[in-house]
Amino acid sequence: MNEQGIGASVRRKEDQRFLIGKGNYTDDINVAGQTHAVFVRSPHAHAEIKGIDTSAAMAASGVVAVLTGEDLAADGIGPLICGVTVTSDDGEPHRAPAHPALAQGKVNYVGDHVAVVIAESKSEARDAAELVDVDYSVLPVVTGTRSAADPGQQQIHEVAPGNVCFNWPFGDKDGVEAAFAAAHKVSKLDLVNNRMVTNPMEPRAALGEYNTGTDEITLHVTTQNPHVHRLVLSAFNQLAPEHKLRVVGPDVGGGFGAKIFVYAEELVVGWACRKVNRPVKWNADRTEAFLADAHGRDHVSTAEMAMDGNGKFLAMRVHTKANLGAYLSTFGTMVPSYLYAFLLAGQYATPLIYSEVKAVFTNTAPVDASRGAGRPEATYLVERLVDICASDMGLDPAEIRRRNFIPVDAFPYQTPVVQCYDSGDYPAALDKAMELADYDGFESRAAEARARGKLRGIGFSSYVEACGIAPSAAVGQLGAGVGLWESAQVRFNPTGNVQVFTGTHSHGQGHETTFAQLVNDQLGVPIENIEVIHGDTAKTQFGMGTYGSRSLAVGGVAISRACDKLIAKGKKIAAHALEAAEGDIEFADGSFSVAGTDKAMSIGEVAFNAYVPHSYPEGVEPGFDENAFFDPTNFSFPAGTHICEIEVDPETGVVEIVKYSAVDDFGRLINPMIVEGQVHGGIAHGVGQALLEGCSYDSEGQLITASYMDYAMPRADNLPSFDVDYAPTNPPDNPLGVKGCGEAGAIGAPPAVINAISNALGVKHIDMPATPENVWRAAQQATAASA
Amino acid sequence: MVTVNITVNGKPVSGEVESRTLLVQFLRDNLRLTGTHVGCDTSQCGACVVHVDGKSIKSCTLLAVQADGAEVTTIEGVANGSELHPMQQAFMDNHGLQCGFCTPGMVMTALDIVNRNGNNLDEATVRKELEGNICRCTGYHNIVKSVQAGAKNMGSS
Repeated sequence: MNEQGIGASVRRKEDQRFLIGKGNYTDDINVAGQTHAVFVRSPHAHAEIKGIDTSAAMAASGVVAVLTGEDLAADGIGPLICGVTVTSDDGEPHRAPAHPALAQGKVNYVGDHVAVVIAESKSEARDAAELVDVDYSVLPVVTGTRSAADPGQQQIHEVAPGNVCFNWPFGDKDGVEAAFAAAHKVSKLDLVNNRMVTNPMEPRAALGEYNTGTDEITLHVTTQNPHVHRLVLSAFNQLAPEHKLRVVGPDVGGGFGAKIFVYAEELVVGWACRKVNRPVKWNADRTEAFLADAHGRDHVSTAEMAMDGNGKFLAMRVHTKANLGAYLSTFGTMVPSYLYAFLLAGQYATPLIYSEVKAVFTNTAPVDASRGAGRPEATYLVERLVDICASDMGLDPAEIRRRNFIPVDAFPYQTPVVQCYDSGDYPAALDKAMELADYDGFESRAAEARARGKLRGIGFSSYVEACGIAPSAAVGQLGAGVGLWESAQVRFNPTGNVQVFTGTHSHGQGHETTFAQLVNDQLGVPIENIEVIHGDTAKTQFGMGTYGSRSLAVGGVAISRACDKLIAKGKKIAAHALEAAEGDIEFADGSFSVAGTDKAMSIGEVAFNAYVPHSYPEGVEPGFDENAFFDPTNFSFPAGTHICEIEVDPETGVVEIVKYSAVDDFGRLINPMIVEGQVHGGIAHGVGQALLEGCSYDSEGQLITASYMDYAMPRADNLPSFDVDYAPTNPPDNPLGVKGCGEAGAIGAPPAVINAISNALGVKHIDMPATPENVWRAAQQATAASA
Repeated sequence: MVTVNITVNGKPVSGEVESRTLLVQFLRDNLRLTGTHVGCDTSQCGACVVHVDGKSIKSCTLLAVQADGAEVTTIEGVANGSELHPMQQAFMDNHGLQCGFCTPGMVMTALDIVNRNGNNLDEATVRKELEGNICRCTGYHNIVKSVQAGAKNMGSS
């Protein structure tokens, strides 16, 4: 193995700047003459706006402008969009209420954008925002996922009767019903997938600049996908034509999905900088992030499994209500539909699956993708249900999984829910995880814990996810408004160093290192001489960004294809220089050589010849700079088994994770150090959902978890160190043999933790977050029931 | 407006601030030392940790006027030019950072942990001491390793 190439745990190239305080996050950027924006937000969850008096705010010190929805509409700025269509059971597209970036006569959630104040300083803008006088007429409020579509509920949007966005049945209903009727045993579970706030540590921010000389807007923004931002802001919001809009996502302090979407504030900042003809800067405080970032999860479900006498799964039936919030966020409709129901097979050969998803509107913040997006919801449901099945059949949780796994020789495996898994070895990951977790020793550890008055439990989670998003034709058929290919450009400079332009965006994933390793492995250039450039529509040709663990599986392949083109061109140039036939030129370790001779030239020399083509092959273009687009033919399917061992103090309900073992199949690893870090972070995110995090609105629609004092983020002392290992298989559908790793932990962890707690307490189920109070209550009930 | 005189990273600076100006705002907005971050506004996340007179302080919770006359060290004052401090090097060697946003606060807190607890730190101590710093990326696993390794390296350098 090359010490900088594929498989090497190279230290990250990006770390130096972050470690010395030289990161360049959006709020770190300051430009001459900049003004500061503060948003006036609705304090009510649901209200009509009778009037807005901005006069006192306009008169306040330092105020440059106070703008409302009327100004926005007058300038023809379009509403925010949702980019994926889901067809409801009446054959109509999902109901899509207008989503203006500043309210037009009505507000629909606490934090909804009513006006923006632009002032010379942030504190002046903040002071003046207090002076904007909004006359609200308060309306009844809908917040509950379970009840939002019940008869008699307040109607939120005229276009969505009964507050239903879509009702989406999927699968063979009759076949499933027949299988249930003939089943030996049916296991059933009601469960809630708790609402989360994604919470990247950097709050969202935007800085808009308008150049009157070029009529161009430059928008620096916390984004995971700058080109998608530019496309949406241009094509749908009429902010500026694409060629007159530059979107830059500089260093971005974490995304986890929350920075995919095009938000109101970003559009307003981009629009306002031209309107006031001054740079406008906005930076969310944490409470604004809680109020107005898109939230995640929030499902209420019933899941049922029909089994034969051996615990073999015959059919599964799922009914889910999904809360989409007050408006549709950019990909809000896709999460509880295609990203959810298509993963309901899990790792199992369940032949028949039927699901019904009812997506509802409520007076809460919009809900959209959050680390895993739909797949954690599916995995939690499946893996909890499988444990109930094991219990109902008197089988060990490992045994029931093993009996139902898709067999290793069945790949490629067509599930009954659209996805065709290209590769996997589920028993191998389970075996390895059981060994890593010392499953055989669990009973003696549990006995030792009992002697100390503690309850020990162990829980499994065997997950699969669909990553490498996505084949354009497949998502097009499903109703997506975009293609999901990726692009890359690999450019040699005349002096032999390399610039790699990718349409993906790195906000913690380490692409600047991983992609450099990929190029090093293929072209033999030391990674010190390779710069990976991303996040700027003026630099990178195009791109669809980073989410769905797609950057390496899709973007990495595009980079590799561009390298292939360079090698092919380099062979022509080298053949000419070495006076050999092109067919005799071989390329390895950064050197073009004539087969069977010692004649060779380095790729750097070839690059120089390409830019200084004094003696050059006929018909070959000068320059050494290639681009490539890659559109995958399938999703990738990372999978694995996670085993969580916990100890409960029945006196306090406090859960301690004593051991967490993860065995994942990500295919080939480029930088194992980075991959392991992604797994750690994902697990922590999932443990956060399982034990700590619960976004909560009261009956008036007030967000009562709107700061880190009320919303429990996982901290260092809530978590153990993790045991991580791999059981890789080779995915035939991915040219690099990679699957993606960014979301696995967040998908795998929640059911592993809750299965462990249920096991420790001897209860059928406990909802997330399993806070000490919830666990204590469950322990008390279990004790009372067994007394 | 009030005049404050503070020694920042060894250099005396002065500035005119509103009395409500927070130390972090003074550092970021007046001095353009943007390595210190604001992640939460409520003294929970620790992205804004700096040292004031040798002790770690959440700079979103101190008024700039309260730091008048003090010696402040920010993340920009830790390395020797581009040569990393042993604690910073330990974060790089142990992959103790991903998006980098919490990192300055983590490093400043880590240095304070070593100052108060010495160079031999067990995992439980580090986890307890990191209670005031939130990271969403790493799951803390590698941050804990980094702090332990950095502490050890500081003892031997």
